[in-house]
Amino acid sequence: MPLLELRDVLARYGPIRALHGVSLSVEEGEVVAILGANGAGKTTTLRAICGMVRTAGEISFAGRTIARRSPEGIARLGIAHVPEGRGLFTELTVWENLRMGAVVRGGQKALRQDAKRILGYFPWMERRRDQQAGTLSGGEQQMLALVRGLVSRPRLLLLDEPSLGLAPTVVRELFSIVQRLNQEEGLTVLVVEQNATIALETASRAYVLEVGKVAVSGESAELQRHEGVRKSYLGY
Amino acid sequence: MADFIQQVVSGLASGAIYASLALALVLIYRATDVVNFAQGEMATFATYIAWSLMDHGLSYWPAFVLTLVLAFIGGAGVERVLIRPVEHRPEIVIVIVTIGLLILLNGLTGWIWGAEVKAFDSPFPNETWEVGGVALSVVDIGTLGICLLTVLALWAFFRFTTLGLVMRAVANNPTASRLQGVRVGWMLALGWGLAAVLGAVAGMMAAPTLFLDPSMMLIVLIYAFAAAVLGGIDSPLGAVVGGLTLGVLLNLLGAYVDFVGSELRLPTALLVLLAVLLIRPQGLFGHAVVRRV
Repeated sequence: MPLLELRDVLARYGPIRALHGVSLSVEEGEVVAILGANGAGKTTTLRAICGMVRTAGEISFAGRTIARRSPEGIARLGIAHVPEGRGLFTELTVWENLRMGAVVRGGQKALRQDAKRILGYFPWMERRRDQQAGTLSGGEQQMLALVRGLVSRPRLLLLDEPSLGLAPTVVRELFSIVQRLNQEEGLTVLVVEQNATIALETASRAYVLEVGKVAVSGESAELQRHEGVRKSYLGY
Repeated sequence: MADFIQQVVSGLASGAIYASLALALVLIYRATDVVNFAQGEMATFATYIAWSLMDHGLSYWPAFVLTLVLAFIGGAGVERVLIRPVEHRPEIVIVIVTIGLLILLNGLTGWIWGAEVKAFDSPFPNETWEVGGVALSVVDIGTLGICLLTVLALWAFFRFTTLGLVMRAVANNPTASRLQGVRVGWMLALGWGLAAVLGAVAGMMAAPTLFLDPSMMLIVLIYAFAAAVLGGIDSPLGAVVGGLTLGVLLNLLGAYVDFVGSELRLPTALLVLLAVLLIRPQGLFGHAVVRRV
């Protein structure tokens, strides 16, 4: 049984339909990517999983139906969402942001257990734990958002366009850390990305969304050879 | 010089009352994005409850503490029952609900306790302390002390506890808070409860000098508005500094500038409010609002 499964999920913003029946699944321990152009419904798919948008259809996580649960209830089940725009607490410090990530697990004490191990991937963060999050650079903010998601010890991490607005080297670093976390800690990730090249290098499988539906899906290696995907998303 | 220091201390005492109520306004403004016009009436109502408790034979400090507990429950209850249904409506709707609550509580207070003015005891003796040739009123010092202690306790709560951190996070970014598993609605209720506690402290400290009547806190609320705007409506530190500054300023003007006197205190406060809004709308410690379009 997959960890996460969406079957024929519909979603709308007022009268505008954003998802027209999306079906996908993520197995425990996988990195799966969702690709697609602007407006294809990538972000809406993640928002649907988190309960931030009204949906019809079936969404199950670890064997339970989660559609129509509240976002906070879904977060408590072990889904961490690093949203578009990162959703940091800009007025709080780096460390306070991390404490918020661990808040469902009891806050400070729970965080200390994980902090050392996870901050090993981000050595700069420890030194700047008292800096206000809003004053970090874009790349640092993205990494902080990622770590805040990790310290909740999620069973599933949702990443929404982590590459947005970041320099290419920072994007590479970020994805290589995601890959290491997957290999070394068995982290399950569902990542939405416009940068198909790097997403397909990191993920084992991917879904390509077009106008609110899955158009193509398969193993990453397969999609890298797929002519339509190559032309539209990889640019060669 | 002795007289000047006395005036400053007395100004600080009334300033601390404005500061407490201003801080209550700021707390709710940061969490709910609206100014709670009923904050003064909520404080008055709580003060009447304290009066009733003492009227039934409780001594001052047990009545004081019990009132704070009841005020907390009442404030949180107001959020759950009256504010929550309109939470996602435009801000003006919430503001109108708070104005409705102001009228409701004012009427309710008069209906329960009557409109006649009641005396309210101060827990501090009506004496003076001689400090280096300056006679300081014990009531003033006590009022200042209680208000500052409350503010300090609140600061420590926000600064050092996980619950306080969660409340700051909710004020900063409610959507992101929900994604961390926080029940935002309950945090808002908690914020209203704490604001009501601050108001209750302000009310009980103001009552001995102002005397208790259903509209007792109306004018104090206007001073608190001026203080909050002076300090920056989104800044807790600003509310405290703004309140103390305004208290001292009004007291000194009243004492040393003949034409101000007691009648012109309120217009002076409004003048401060207007000047701040014209010259520095974000106040002393507030953030300028920048909207990305």
